[in-house]
Amino acid sequence: MSSLWPELERVLDEVQKPARYIGCEDGMIIPTHHPDKAAWLLIYPDTYEVGLPNQGLQILYEILNERPDAVAERSYAPWTDLAAVLRREGLPLFSLDTHRAAGDFDVLAFNLSAELVYTNLLECLDLAGIPILAADRGPEHPLVLVGGHCSYNPEPLVDFIDAAVLGDGEEVVSEISAVVAAWKAEGRTAREDVHVALAGITGVYVPSLYTADHSDDGPLAGVRPVHPAAPEKVEKRTIADLAEWPYPKNQLVPLTEVVHDRLNVEVFRGCTRGCRFCQAGMITRPVRERPAEQVRTMVADGLRRTGYDEVALTSLSTADFSGIQEVVEDTVSDDACGQVSVSLPSLRVDAFTVGIAAQIQRARRTGLTFAPEAGTWRMRQVINKLISEEDLYGAVESAFSQGWRRVKLYFLTGLPTETDEDTLGIIEMAKNCVEIGRRHQKGASVTVSIGGFVPKPFTPFQWFGQNTEQELHRKVGLLRDAARKARGVQIKWHDTRASVVEGLLSRGDRRLGAVIEDVWRNGGVFQEWGEHFDLELWTDAMARHGMSFEDHVYRHRHEDEALPWDHLSAGLHKDFLWQDWRDALDEVGLEDCRWIPCYDCGACTGYGIEHVVASAVPPAGGSQGTGQGLEHGGGVPVALSARPPREPAEVSS
Amino acid sequence: MSVVGNPKIRVRFSKAGKVRFTSHRDVARIWERALRRVELPVAYSEGFSPRPKISYGLALPTGYESAGEYLDVELDREKAESLQLRDGPEGDLRERLNQVLPEGIRVQAIAPLERGGESLQQAVIACTWAIEVDGAGFAEVEVWASGILDAEEILVERERKGKKVTDDVRPLVHSLDVGGSPGDGVQLTAVLGTQPRALRPTELLEARLEGTSGGTYPPLSARSVCRMKQWMLRESQESRESQESRNQTKITQGDARVEPLSVDAGPAALVETRA
Repeated sequence: MSSLWPELERVLDEVQKPARYIGCEDGMIIPTHHPDKAAWLLIYPDTYEVGLPNQGLQILYEILNERPDAVAERSYAPWTDLAAVLRREGLPLFSLDTHRAAGDFDVLAFNLSAELVYTNLLECLDLAGIPILAADRGPEHPLVLVGGHCSYNPEPLVDFIDAAVLGDGEEVVSEISAVVAAWKAEGRTAREDVHVALAGITGVYVPSLYTADHSDDGPLAGVRPVHPAAPEKVEKRTIADLAEWPYPKNQLVPLTEVVHDRLNVEVFRGCTRGCRFCQAGMITRPVRERPAEQVRTMVADGLRRTGYDEVALTSLSTADFSGIQEVVEDTVSDDACGQVSVSLPSLRVDAFTVGIAAQIQRARRTGLTFAPEAGTWRMRQVINKLISEEDLYGAVESAFSQGWRRVKLYFLTGLPTETDEDTLGIIEMAKNCVEIGRRHQKGASVTVSIGGFVPKPFTPFQWFGQNTEQELHRKVGLLRDAARKARGVQIKWHDTRASVVEGLLSRGDRRLGAVIEDVWRNGGVFQEWGEHFDLELWTDAMARHGMSFEDHVYRHRHEDEALPWDHLSAGLHKDFLWQDWRDALDEVGLEDCRWIPCYDCGACTGYGIEHVVASAVPPAGGSQGTGQGLEHGGGVPVALSARPPREPAEVSS
Repeated sequence: MSVVGNPKIRVRFSKAGKVRFTSHRDVARIWERALRRVELPVAYSEGFSPRPKISYGLALPTGYESAGEYLDVELDREKAESLQLRDGPEGDLRERLNQVLPEGIRVQAIAPLERGGESLQQAVIACTWAIEVDGAGFAEVEVWASGILDAEEILVERERKGKKVTDDVRPLVHSLDVGGSPGDGVQLTAVLGTQPRALRPTELLEARLEGTSGGTYPPLSARSVCRMKQWMLRESQESRESQESRNQTKITQGDARVEPLSVDAGPAALVETRA
């Protein structure tokens, strides 16, 4: 149980960026381990730079260490160079806080924010010296849990994990700690004992207590419990009041550079904009705002404590925060905080938002980012991203006229019903933005960033057959050709091959476990990194196990088809999602339900929680605020008019 | 644009333990945050991206420890005066910084800096290094050290701006002493020059060295390296000597050299502003 630091210190000179592995952050906790306490190792299965800023992990780290019956430390996936050195030296995966072996912990809890890290989970288990298959583990091995957005479909991972935890972690980690501490106190009896106890906690899914039925060894017929302790449906956890959870109180300040290297303060959780492609917006409902006063305190205290000169007000759509104006004003005018810049990671597309941005970015007006997501109004109605062209151009005009030199626009391609006209509408839009910009600045430019759409569980698009790799590739090609002819428009795109694997894992069922293991055994780690991603590993593994991308990724799902996550619940009624899918195909948009009557999606009623919004009126602004075009009978000028409804675009092979 | 009349302070600190694996850039960011946390009124550059006016000394290679690192901080004159730092006890600021700096980085001394001096990177001409040699006996290291000292030239290849360049680093080796006790590892103390470029201890240990009898000495490797001191010339001498002759000066003589800031620099008024 001693520290591995002396052994690690000798080998860290051999690896890149050794500061990734030293811990020592401001805010780090050195816990006192004790036989009565459940020892958690919270693992982010990607590099330190990507994982350290994760707020979910930091929140649980503090909450667990405050409990008398738990301790928590952290680990991140070692880069390939260190992994090789650890294997050569016979050293295991370790925590950063006390450099303790991962196998000495009771719980290894993985934060899963993206599908492509799944093989890194296996890599971490193997480096920890733990059998990768849950069935091969005994009472002497730690429990393996997963949480985060990907745990809403944990089926591809069930071979490797003991439990998946759905929803907000703040409360449920304490209940899990109590169960684990009791299991420890009883001398760690059979794993089945702790599995059964865990299954009794709302929000905890224990896959070993369920079985997946397949018709004729083919399509999934359903996942059902096979143990009396296992509920028919596992409901997600939702904390009612964000004000009761002002975490992280001591955000970790790393000694080496990480992504989002700044103070982060979460201003609300949940989103009811209802963008149909957005899993985060669907599964985190309802909206729960943090009181503006608490946000102000967390910002001011956090800046003083960390020494950061930048704070991000985080949420899924920060301009929608009721107290946004006051909080921003107070932060930028607080002298004690010095020259502080505020960033809003998710800007709404309207002039109001640009006004706020102008207030906080007095200097450094280099680039501003918006996400219209689709190039035509028809397409935006399908995906329910109800931004009018008027709003976008107003926002862009406002940005360029106030000194910004570059505007970045995020779009998705491969959306349901998308035609080439919709795809190319992206470049038309970008060209118009450049034209507006050049009225104000000679060198105005627009960067278009393209992502291939990946349908996700618990969204209205969960039934949609993802575009094939070839089709996504063709669309990106169309966009590149069009952008080449457009002055001032730059284009960037996400690797379309990676989108296919994301799609495979996001909606896959239990059969994919063998594929993930196969890819890992053939060296597929850090698949979210371009330099390591290898589609061939995945296509070969699929072929070896008799599975096809056509069946698992590209195929449209039927209304009555069993989905691999039907025994789990994000609080949303399946018929609400189905109706929203039909509305999408009919090009019918749905307004934000925060300020208009309820659509009964299930998120509020199921948990007895209402949206917690400080302001009874919607925020000022354009089509996404009160100026919503829909209620005025489509009065917003739309350059590209809507066309009649149509069936989903044919999937080319 | 530099604001005329801003006072500057020089900070001396040590770097040891786990934190030795942070890079020079990491340490710069650690300092920026620490200075903001103690609310020291650091002067900022003008323009679109105001940066704090802090100059860091010679980069310490990642993984090395140090008993003498430096940075110079320019303070905002008006704010420094209004905060009455002028007569503030030096020990107090040192204490406050040590409270917010990570374990392993410790402020040893702080003193006001005379105006018009050279930057740390220009002024420092040599460093004393303590090198714990890995896997070689005392006699072996002795032979290697005399080989180095007897060599006419020591050619070291390195990459600079993407091109391979070969330098003779022999003039940068001012002194080498082999010490340590038997069974406790061999300790090498080296004074190595930094102008026109800094010679790293590991570069020297790994240098290909032709023996007198035609063979080559096997390269050495280090278990640990610590920068013990950084040296600049005494000002009286400096004024007399040209840049060229400075580079050739052997600063092994105690009276010719001085540290940028001594660890036992007495308490001084932190900020001396011109009347």
